Amino acid sequence: MRIDKHPILKFHRGREIEFELDGRGLTGYEGETIAAAIHAAGVRTLRTSIRLGRPRGFFCAIGRCSSCLMTVNGIPNVMTCITPLERGMKIETQTDKGHIAETGSSPRKGPSALAAQRPRGGRRGTADAEEPSRAEEPRARDLGHTPLAVVGGGPAGLSAAIAAGRLGVESVIIDENEAPGGQLIKQTHMFFGSKEHYAKVRGVDIGGRLTSELSELPARLLNNTTVLGLYPDRALSLLRDGRHHRLSADAVVLATGASENMLAFPGCDLPGVYGAGAVQTLMNVDGVVPGARVLMVGAGNIGLIVAYQLLQAGVEVAAVIEGLPTIGGYHVHGAKIRRAGVPIMTAHTILEAEGRGRVEKALVARVDADWRTVPGSETEFDVDTVCLAVGLSPNCELALMGGCEETYVAELGGRVAVHGSDLETSMPGVFIAGDASGIEEASTAMLEGRLAGLAAAERVGEPLDETLLESMRDEAADGLAALRSGPFGDRPRTGKEKMYDLARKLRQRGERREERSVDVQK
Amino acid sequence: MTYRSDGVLNRNDLDRLFPSEERMKRGPVVVVECVENIPCNPCAAACPRGAIRIEGDINETPSVDFEACNGCGLCVSACPGLAIFVVDASGKGDTATVMLPYEYAPLPEVGEEVTTLDRSGGKVGRARVTRVLNTEAMDRTPVVSLEVPRDQVMDVRHFARRSRRP
Ligand SMILES: Cc1cc2nc3c(=O)[nH]c(=O)nc-3n(C[C@H](O)[C@H](O)[C@H](O)COP(=O)(O)OP(=O)(O)OC[C@H]3O[C@@H](n4cnc5c(N)ncnc54)[C@H](O)[C@@H]3O)c2cc1C
Ligand code: SF4
Ligand code: SF4
Ligand code: FES
Repeated sequence: MRIDKHPILKFHRGREIEFELDGRGLTGYEGETIAAAIHAAGVRTLRTSIRLGRPRGFFCAIGRCSSCLMTVNGIPNVMTCITPLERGMKIETQTDKGHIAETGSSPRKGPSALAAQRPRGGRRGTADAEEPSRAEEPRARDLGHTPLAVVGGGPAGLSAAIAAGRLGVESVIIDENEAPGGQLIKQTHMFFGSKEHYAKVRGVDIGGRLTSELSELPARLLNNTTVLGLYPDRALSLLRDGRHHRLSADAVVLATGASENMLAFPGCDLPGVYGAGAVQTLMNVDGVVPGARVLMVGAGNIGLIVAYQLLQAGVEVAAVIEGLPTIGGYHVHGAKIRRAGVPIMTAHTILEAEGRGRVEKALVARVDADWRTVPGSETEFDVDTVCLAVGLSPNCELALMGGCEETYVAELGGRVAVHGSDLETSMPGVFIAGDASGIEEASTAMLEGRLAGLAAAERVGEPLDETLLESMRDEAADGLAALRSGPFGDRPRTGKEKMYDLARKLRQRGERREERSVDVQK
Repeated sequence: MTYRSDGVLNRNDLDRLFPSEERMKRGPVVVVECVENIPCNPCAAACPRGAIRIEGDINETPSVDFEACNGCGLCVSACPGLAIFVVDASGKGDTATVMLPYEYAPLPEVGEEVTTLDRSGGKVGRARVTRVLNTEAMDRTPVVSLEVPRDQVMDVRHFARRSRRP
């Protein structure tokens, strides 16, 4: 079902186009993703699991989990949640690992021939007409060198490029999506914080403001491009239009955001069990409702906010359940959905999702202080969607691949690359900011991004306006301290303190080692 | 139960937030239902009369000067928490007005009868819509005024259109 009237958003849909799903003719809109078009047509199963043949729908909707792989125009394993729909596409539910030979490409042409046929990832992609033919150019294209490379165009990445740009340092921002903004593009609610942090502005509009600020600075955005690798000499390998590119930089800021956590329970793989970010994307970017009646799992800010957004899209929310005895998110977010009649059931967990081929019911029970279910407290909800808002984990793969030291800090959401208060990792010249450096929120992501951008600009080694640098740094650091100073900032603050401590120790150890090796040389 | 476990402010929480009966009799006045230390301050920035203040730390809860407030309602659509209301119980009759933020579509029409809801979504009664404000400056957080029985003015915080769900 598509959303027609929305209190906040207007959906600018492309032309109506026809496509085929398992031989059946359907229509969708140009520019939307394949998964959204299929969901809007009422189909939830996109593939079946390889060994047990269980039906699978999408889960993350941002190209992270591989739950949405389908065969498109004969090419298997296409990530349909980020691949734009095109006229006449022949889409098939995939039931196995897929057969590359069936694509008809001769094996001798190798992977580049396959890449040429492969529908491109990235939302609302447009073809790049000037690209030379791939057969002529089998190796990676060299994009040369940039002073600063920023991976990720969310609030953290854009802010990093803006900060560096204000100091006159050039940057390239690489993002796998068509439009920059990261998570902001789906956030219809007004932000908290203060005026300097875009408080009261809706998330969807903040991305636009950041990009317009950027347009006046020496920064270039490379959209529809995925960074596949980071190498020790700050070389990046990029995938753009199915082809490899190489880019090197004096400094790199990793602002790759986070991935949603899954929760394991019987039936958790049924189509209709979706991540909260996925529900937001479907609803607020594609204008498609995830279902008719939803059970929200998790009463942190994300769970509460997405529940409210579901109501705004005209979807019924049966309840928000939360395993802890208290609501994790802000009271004001909870109050919005409570007065609209949505119960928030603290100390409750989901036992099971049931249904034939899709979610039809969810079983919920009370838990005691030790997370044991209380017998006899089970409640059954007739819902067609279970939305999981059970936390995020930092995307730090690139940092780890590059060889950055990592550690586990529960308060920051799990595994993170070790970084100091200047956001520099153990790899000189590689910085990390935003959700990728520890789960917080967009306001802190912007300030952290700024700090990382400033520190990275210093690394580039060009002469800088020191006064401007210091004043920008003080302003961002003060803002960050203020945002983290309240009770809701306790967790990230503790996490960051642990992290900075560890980074300090590592750096000292490194320095000692260097001294020793100097001694030995003497 | 506290709002931390069920999401609804109880009498104790509310008593501290409400203006005095005497102040309410004198004219429209703001009610700011924001009790937690969260990093937020657009309410203070929005009030042209300095009636809402976040003192010092941005995490402080808003403190309200009911004498300085004239009930203009500018702060209602500025609050990202949708936690600000304006009540007017100064009339002679037995009705009063509640101004509340309403971010749903379609908007109700002036004169329409709606079902009023309290902080937990429970039905309070019925009310007539007396005004719908939706200017560009309000940036898609319209403010709806409802005429309610006077004794319900501190309970009604939302409404459902009778033909649809809330
Ligand atoms: C439902 C919800 C509600 C929220 N509400 C609020 C709120 O009210 N207030 C608030 O302050 N915050 C809020 N947040 C949090 C906020 O959105 C995030 O903390 C913020 O977006 C993090 O910014 P970021 O730049 O670190 O990452 P992101 O916004 O996630 O951006 C990362 C970007 O990097 C791209 N990327 C990742 N890896 C690669 C790669 N290898 N190659 C190329 N590109 C890559 C991603 O596609 C993405 O575009 C909310 C989040 C959610 C999910
Ligand atoms: S109603 Fe008007 S005067 Fe009163 S606090 Fe709000 S903005 Fe200020
Ligand atoms: S703007 Fe609203 S949520 Fe923010 S501090 Fe003021 S009253 Fe509270
Ligand atoms: S990768 Fe498509 S749903 Fe997760």
